Amino acid sequence: MKLESKIPSGPLAQKWDKARFQNKLVNPANKRKYEIIVVGAGLAGASASATLGELGYKVKNFVYHDSPRRAHSIAAQGGINAAKNYQNDGDSVYRLFYDTVKGGDFRAREANVYRLAQVSVNIIDQCAAQGVPFAREYGGLLDNRSFGGAQVSRTFYARGQTGQQLLLGAYSALCKEIASGSVQSFTHHEMLDLVLVDGHAKGVIVRNLLTGAISRHCADAVVLATGGYGNVFNLSTYARNSNATAIWRAYKRGACFANPCYTQIHPTCIPVTGDYQSKLTLMSESLRNDGRIWVPKKKEDCGKHPNDIPEEARDYYLERKYPSFGNLAPRDISSRSAKEVCDEGRGVGESGRGVYLDFADSIQRLGEAKVRERYGNLFDIYHEITNENAYQVPMRIYPAVHYTMGGLWVDYDLMSNIPGLFVLGEANFSDHGANRLGASALMQGLADGYFVLPNTICNYLASVGPGKRPGVEHEAFKEAEDNVRGITQRLLASQGKRTVDSFHKELGHILWEHCGMGRNETDLKKALQLIPALREEFWKNVKVPGEEDNLNQSLERAGRVADFLEVGELLCLDALERAESCGGHFREEHQYPDGEARRDDENFAHVAAWEYQGRDKKPVRHVEPLVYEEVKMTTRSYK
Amino acid sequence: MKVKLKVWRQKDTRSAGEFRLYETPDLNVNMSFLEMLDVVNEQLTLKGEEPIAFDHDCREGICGTCSLVINGKPHGPHRGVATCQTYMRSFQDGDIIIVEPWRARPFPVVKDLVVTRQALDKIMQAGGYISVRTGAAPDANSIPISKENADLAMDAAACIGCGACVAACKNASAMLFTAAKVSQLGLLPQGQPERYRRVKRMVEAMDEAGFGACTVTGSCEAVCPKNISLDFIARLNRDYLVASLKGGAKHG
Ligand SMILES: Cc1cc2nc3c(=O)[nH]c(=O)nc-3n(C[C@H](O)[C@H](O)[C@H](O)COP(=O)(O)OP(=O)(O)OC[C@H]3O[C@@H](n4cnc5c(N)ncnc54)[C@H](O)[C@@H]3O)c2cc1C
Ligand code: FES
Repeated sequence: MKLESKIPSGPLAQKWDKARFQNKLVNPANKRKYEIIVVGAGLAGASASATLGELGYKVKNFVYHDSPRRAHSIAAQGGINAAKNYQNDGDSVYRLFYDTVKGGDFRAREANVYRLAQVSVNIIDQCAAQGVPFAREYGGLLDNRSFGGAQVSRTFYARGQTGQQLLLGAYSALCKEIASGSVQSFTHHEMLDLVLVDGHAKGVIVRNLLTGAISRHCADAVVLATGGYGNVFNLSTYARNSNATAIWRAYKRGACFANPCYTQIHPTCIPVTGDYQSKLTLMSESLRNDGRIWVPKKKEDCGKHPNDIPEEARDYYLERKYPSFGNLAPRDISSRSAKEVCDEGRGVGESGRGVYLDFADSIQRLGEAKVRERYGNLFDIYHEITNENAYQVPMRIYPAVHYTMGGLWVDYDLMSNIPGLFVLGEANFSDHGANRLGASALMQGLADGYFVLPNTICNYLASVGPGKRPGVEHEAFKEAEDNVRGITQRLLASQGKRTVDSFHKELGHILWEHCGMGRNETDLKKALQLIPALREEFWKNVKVPGEEDNLNQSLERAGRVADFLEVGELLCLDALERAESCGGHFREEHQYPDGEARRDDENFAHVAAWEYQGRDKKPVRHVEPLVYEEVKMTTRSYK
Repeated sequence: MKVKLKVWRQKDTRSAGEFRLYETPDLNVNMSFLEMLDVVNEQLTLKGEEPIAFDHDCREGICGTCSLVINGKPHGPHRGVATCQTYMRSFQDGDIIIVEPWRARPFPVVKDLVVTRQALDKIMQAGGYISVRTGAAPDANSIPISKENADLAMDAAACIGCGACVAACKNASAMLFTAAKVSQLGLLPQGQPERYRRVKRMVEAMDEAGFGACTVTGSCEAVCPKNISLDFIARLNRDYLVASLKGGAKHG
């Protein structure tokens, strides 16, 4: 199979314009004749559903949540980037583009990233018009801040609740379309299979989580906006129910999974405390603007009260190693540095896996009131969880799994290799390369949903023609429905001895230890033995109480963990084959003498997209070369 | 520490429910309340019993999914936090803790502690938006908004839609929820064209969905995990009055 990225020819800055001009259009009267299924109502899915509905298509939106407003996007704190240059500090579309490509360690597609930077400015306009209460200056204009890894202030925010406000904006647009009848909303419905007819995506099988009823839905095209797969690690900053099932089952129907090993470990999370823990809490990295990160220089000081450790005995390791970026060094670099100092035995807190994030200097410089105004809610969260007052003692933080850059492979139109299957937001692999910059996921989700997909899906729809979708009586729907029923029954029938959660914890542990912040061949090979063995045990020994025909949360989780047990293996396989270090993927064998990541552009300047070959068969690794026409690949240095 | 739980168990919407007593194993005081339920559920599963169904997702107080009445109070003992932000250190060793679902007519119980809150979506669909076509917006800085108004709009917008306000209200009114959205959009210049239409429609939808009348007792504000202020209800009432004077509103 050849992966056709379908990037338009011509100069970078004109590609998107040109694409829109060359795209086929669907005339307004025909739009009504097309039905589109959108799975997911996070930033990507809600904005896409609302916009497609507004354009006149008939949309069915599915979410497993009890309301579209509860998608994981709601939890994003820090902000959203846009190249508005409202601060007149030298920002531009080109700079945002360049920063994103460089931040992604030259493993993203140039053309996609440039388009993302271009439409970023429209996103802010759109959201402000919807009533998103962005932070403002006294003059009434929008406020900005600088955010992880950027030297300009281009991040727009709404207190510490940017994701919530952007999602509520998209959700309100969705509500309007639901009221007008153009979008039909199915809440508490989980997609469990993708239906292909003659190789095209033409429908889904969903389970009503309240009644257990399984139903078939057909459409002219299917859009997955189902979020990331980071919960494969069990402990993460994701919402507990985030999962990979939608994209994984699409993968098993033939959609290629690109760069699964690109996972982001966020440097500023509250450290793990006990094995009962269900999730890890992110402390927004905006804190790094005013907080200084340090550990004691000497191991012996680690047990001391931080305020008793004098200045000269502290190692502000990021400032030391990366003088120009200091505490704002990108996420992958900050996380790895934290791991290094803890591996050296200089970590703090009970577990020894923690570093200090200290606000004493800022409080002295700005006053406590100003610090409270900027970060009050984050300090409150910290207090709530740890029972500590960060105005008086430094916070303790440690990296945690936070985001997945990998996802289903898509072309420039955001269509996967399965015709008619589109993938948006964190679920696709498209724009962040091997590492995502802060405040860029919200941007990408909304870019995909509001501005990209509505302009590209018409290419596919026009090519198949209106009114051609097969009905749900088609044999392919029956086959997919039987598949879903089979999985459910198998799970309920296995009356084993272990809980679903115990398997999830064990899988997470294997991945964190063998495929976390630092990866090497020996560990990865070990994980590739441990995971299949665990999966085998799962199917023999899992215990799923309850029934099929009503709300059964154990059953829901069992299905998701069953998929994670397969996702985890692909993640390790991809990490093993990518014998270079890039962005969030750090292979210990591939580093410079000073410990910095060593990329191998000669052999790995490509996207690796895996194609499923059937149960217990090794998937095939396809390659899409990354061609840089505009920027020169350089060693990514933040020194 | 160990506690005893009196938990509401109900098979489905139609079945009758009952309280059942469970003893927890030894707990860490730094566990969250929901982590404590996870531990209890693991035990139940191993014993071959069905675990307690409860709703949750973000576990950090922002998605509005968690919804437990703990010892008679929606979202538990503390002000300004959601259930998922409640920690076991708020309880004493040996306590008997009563755990129930939201109880309000518009929120039918689905199972055990889980209810549906689609009625809140219905209110939003009636007018909780500003009509703006994608791509049609002017430059975001072309309409300055005073910081005071933007901040106040943000205070209102902080609502997480959990429905605790409804659960706390003796009339099961959704006034605080509705008022928060009406106020957020009404405070912004972009929200003006649809302002009165919006309030009228949303209040009507609230009635239609079976929510009760607001008698401003303030029980909603007291349980709101985001401390949404009763002042917004006054704002809604003012707008509603104007909308009625402009004609057509059936409330009055
Ligand atoms: C704590 C935290 C803070 C963050 N802060 C920032 C930030 O400041 N800035 C930034 O840019 N990014 C941030 N991110 C990242 C960003 O929030 C996410 O990447 C982004 O919101 C993902 O949006 P999405 O629309 O792709 O998916 P999601 O929001 O995850 O939505 C997924 C949707 O799919 C549905 N779904 C999934 N599977 C199925 C299925 N099988 N059937 C039916 N429905 C399904 C769900 O119901 C949901 O509606 C943060 C992430 C975390 C964890
Ligand atoms: S679980 Fe999200 S608010 Fe409690």
